[in-house]
Amino acid sequence: MDQRSTKSLDELRETFKSGKTKTFEWRKAQLQSLLKMVTDQENKCFQALYDDVGKSKIEAFKDEVGPSKKAVVHALSCLKNWMAPKKAGIRLLFFPAKGEVVPEPYGLVLIMTSWNYPLDLALEPLIGAIAAGNAVVIKPSEMAPATSLFLANTIPQYLDNTAIKVIEGGPDVSQQLLQQKWDKIFYTGSPRVGRIVMTEAAKHLTPVTLELGGKCPIIFDYSSISSNLKVAIRRLTSAKWGACCGQACIAIDYVLVEEKFASSLVDLLKTLVRRLYGENIETLGNISRSVNKHHFDRVCNYLKDPAVAASIVHGGSYDEKNLLIEPTILLNPPLDSVVMNEEIFGPILPIITLKNIQESIEFINMRPKPLALYAFTHNNKFKKRIVSETSSGSLLFNDVLIQYICDELPFGGVGQSGMGKYHGKYSFDAFSHEKSVLYRGYFPDLSARYPPWNAFKLEFCRVGYKVDYFNLLLLLLGFRGYPKED
Amino acid sequence: MEVPTTFGGDDAAEMVTELRRNFLSGKTRSYEWRVAQLKNIVKFVEERETEIVDALRSDLNKPEFESVLFEISLLKSSCKVALKELKQWMKPEKVKTTLLAFPSSAEIVAEPLGVVLIISAWNYPILLSLDPVIGAIAAGNAVVLKPSEISPVTSSLLAKYVGQYLDSSAVRVVEGAVPETSALLEQKWDKIFYTGNAKVARVVMTAAAKYLTPVVLELGGKSPAVVDPDVNLKIAVRRIIAGKWGNNNGQACISPDYIVTTRDFAPKLVDTLKRELDRFYGKEPLQSPDLSRIVNSNHFDRLARLLDEDKVAGKIVYGGQRDKAHLKIAPTLLLDVPQDSQIMNEEIFGPLLPIIMVDKLEECYEIIMSRTKPLAAYLFTNRNNLKDQFVRTVSAGGLVINDSAIHLAVHGLPFGGVDESGMGSYHGKFSFDAFSHKKAVLYRSFLGDAPARYPPYTRGKMRLLSALMAGSILDIFQALAGWLTSARKEKSA
Repeated sequence: MDQRSTKSLDELRETFKSGKTKTFEWRKAQLQSLLKMVTDQENKCFQALYDDVGKSKIEAFKDEVGPSKKAVVHALSCLKNWMAPKKAGIRLLFFPAKGEVVPEPYGLVLIMTSWNYPLDLALEPLIGAIAAGNAVVIKPSEMAPATSLFLANTIPQYLDNTAIKVIEGGPDVSQQLLQQKWDKIFYTGSPRVGRIVMTEAAKHLTPVTLELGGKCPIIFDYSSISSNLKVAIRRLTSAKWGACCGQACIAIDYVLVEEKFASSLVDLLKTLVRRLYGENIETLGNISRSVNKHHFDRVCNYLKDPAVAASIVHGGSYDEKNLLIEPTILLNPPLDSVVMNEEIFGPILPIITLKNIQESIEFINMRPKPLALYAFTHNNKFKKRIVSETSSGSLLFNDVLIQYICDELPFGGVGQSGMGKYHGKYSFDAFSHEKSVLYRGYFPDLSARYPPWNAFKLEFCRVGYKVDYFNLLLLLLGFRGYPKED
Repeated sequence: MEVPTTFGGDDAAEMVTELRRNFLSGKTRSYEWRVAQLKNIVKFVEERETEIVDALRSDLNKPEFESVLFEISLLKSSCKVALKELKQWMKPEKVKTTLLAFPSSAEIVAEPLGVVLIISAWNYPILLSLDPVIGAIAAGNAVVLKPSEISPVTSSLLAKYVGQYLDSSAVRVVEGAVPETSALLEQKWDKIFYTGNAKVARVVMTAAAKYLTPVVLELGGKSPAVVDPDVNLKIAVRRIIAGKWGNNNGQACISPDYIVTTRDFAPKLVDTLKRELDRFYGKEPLQSPDLSRIVNSNHFDRLARLLDEDKVAGKIVYGGQRDKAHLKIAPTLLLDVPQDSQIMNEEIFGPLLPIIMVDKLEECYEIIMSRTKPLAAYLFTNRNNLKDQFVRTVSAGGLVINDSAIHLAVHGLPFGGVDESGMGSYHGKFSFDAFSHKKAVLYRSFLGDAPARYPPYTRGKMRLLSALMAGSILDIFQALAGWLTSARKEKSA
């Protein structure tokens, strides 16, 4: 990190200290400008997202521009409410007293984003950080250079440059940024880098939110949803390949289905994939490309394992020049293959068959906790089992991805899929310290609190903690005995 | 329970594997199991009260009153709150969903994290061990507790009785010092809850990063007490004394560390402090049965060093007596110590109380803010505008106006630090939350499937989506109508 960047961090700290970012007016103005930015610059956003990952306009709107706008509007409408201190219940024992929880900004926060949704994954945390009244540095992913540049050029035009800065750069810049003292770090990306971030954060005792990924399974209870198969297949297909070509942290990673339905499922998927995304690699459309050569190779390498190649039931071809990979379906690749042990983050969909769909719970529990778990089923008993016996960041029945846009639900992982949560009020909370404040009056002041200690005082406190006001009164009036000192 | 003499990495790994198996069996998730364990904690502290008081006396010479008040009673009341509220806490929280996801229903389900590690501190060795355990059990986790080796009698008491009173297939105590703690920290946990100092906290968090384990760190810091001249002096002073020397002789993470007051008011404050201290602890405070001793000779020497520093030694206006043989230090007031002295630059954690004088009370903000954020900050005043300003300006784990340390006992308030004083919070429902994962669960039906979600992507679909995201019904209808006509046109074309 150059001297200029170090200086800008000092400037940000000064701004925060001045108290300007804490005011309701500042937060509101920034959020309004952010909304204006996304609205004014919509076409530039589309262009950048197309340049980085070949995202089609509607996908870019559906998954990035739209959610960001919705999040700002939501934050603006709730901001006053979020900022208000929350009253806490106080027991009579402490009377007279008033307790409240006051949210306050952490200070200077760092947001490190990821390349797959380079716009929304930068703006959603930014909205939370601003709403909570922090000074912010955004470090966009260098792997989505067009969006990174867009953010670096556009944000200073719209937002308060003395409190919000974009610092571009690669791993070396990230490394240098992580050496600084932050009051909160919000990182979206891989578990490997997540560990590095948390290790660096430990040096300054900085709290972190880590938004990671994992292998998100879908339990496809074929027989129970047979009357809704058409919709189910459509949702599955669009979620796998429509969400940045599988390069999404909550994209479906693999399918669990009963053995006897596997071939019907494969047929249905094949038909729809051809219709939505084209017959073959030459006619491929409506689908994003791999972000770069490195990821393209990584995904193609999964298919080079002979045992995996043998399991291909659809697709498998690719176009190296355009970094395009055909939607590919695998039927029962070996469970010890790489494709079944790494987060795929690409257009390959393994289907794993089970004798009985109930076994899927055990299958999932044997693996690290995913960011999302999907289950298509109408079986209520099975639903209950899934809710209580599996663990995942979020759990969605009969649909996919849509949990991401529900502001009322916390979004975040557990175990290997991350820690901390955001979206809606949770974004505000992620960037706020909840300060507890207790106001006390002076009277009555109970002498039982003060030394020298004696048996009466001891008994008084015992009864007090039991919240036994009747006996407390008796004791005070001298009607209740207590063990005398030895 | 048998206590292994050496506890290494293999033992730790084996124990965690076993606990994880028992956790996965699902037994700790049931409401009945959690309630039974919590009731047994109450039973333990009730039946073994004398032994607990004795253990605390031998570790810290803690007065019985303090042991009963701050450790046993507080713990019991924690359990009772949990027992009373548990059903409510465990209930999934229904949430409204947006139009965009219609039709659907959503809830947030609290689920246990798995196998958790609790590392506790020596100053409140019963409370700081079992209070987090209550949260971990209430949330349905399997737990390993590592009590502090600096309070050895309490540590072995916990090891002995936790095995007897609680389900040892899911709750364990591991005793030991650094090697044992290191062996534990090498394992994969689903949460680590550490109470102690910022130095060890860094080690804990670094170890946790290896497995991406979330942490709660309950640390300390220099918690200031600001005293305004417009105040009910006698009560304020008594409350400062109760929070400072009445809390384990200042060896508490939330005891007032230093006082800030105005130059004019300082003499009056000092006089009242002296008078009340005399009244509470007598002319010979070293003989008072109502004061804890210093935990060990390391800490005694550390405190002695703070007092003996050249620029500090002459500032003692009250107390200063010490008795190395019995590890006792009297309540000591220091007036006007320089800001660059050692005593003003580390957490005192003992019976010394420096008083800083300022010309105007508002200068206290600079003194407080120039340091790392403390766990607590106290203000004594009758002026409402000063209260508001203090709450707005001072950042700390918790603030108390006109009292000290008492927020610890309020279950409705989250207790925890910020910055160098820690991260995460607990007490009451917050303890349950600290050991739970809040899983978002969304139930959708297959109805209401908007084709706009699916490719091939057209301009009409785009309009509909914009309208949906904006949540404007009118726009949705317009877009739908427009999209239907354009879809028809496309078809006919």
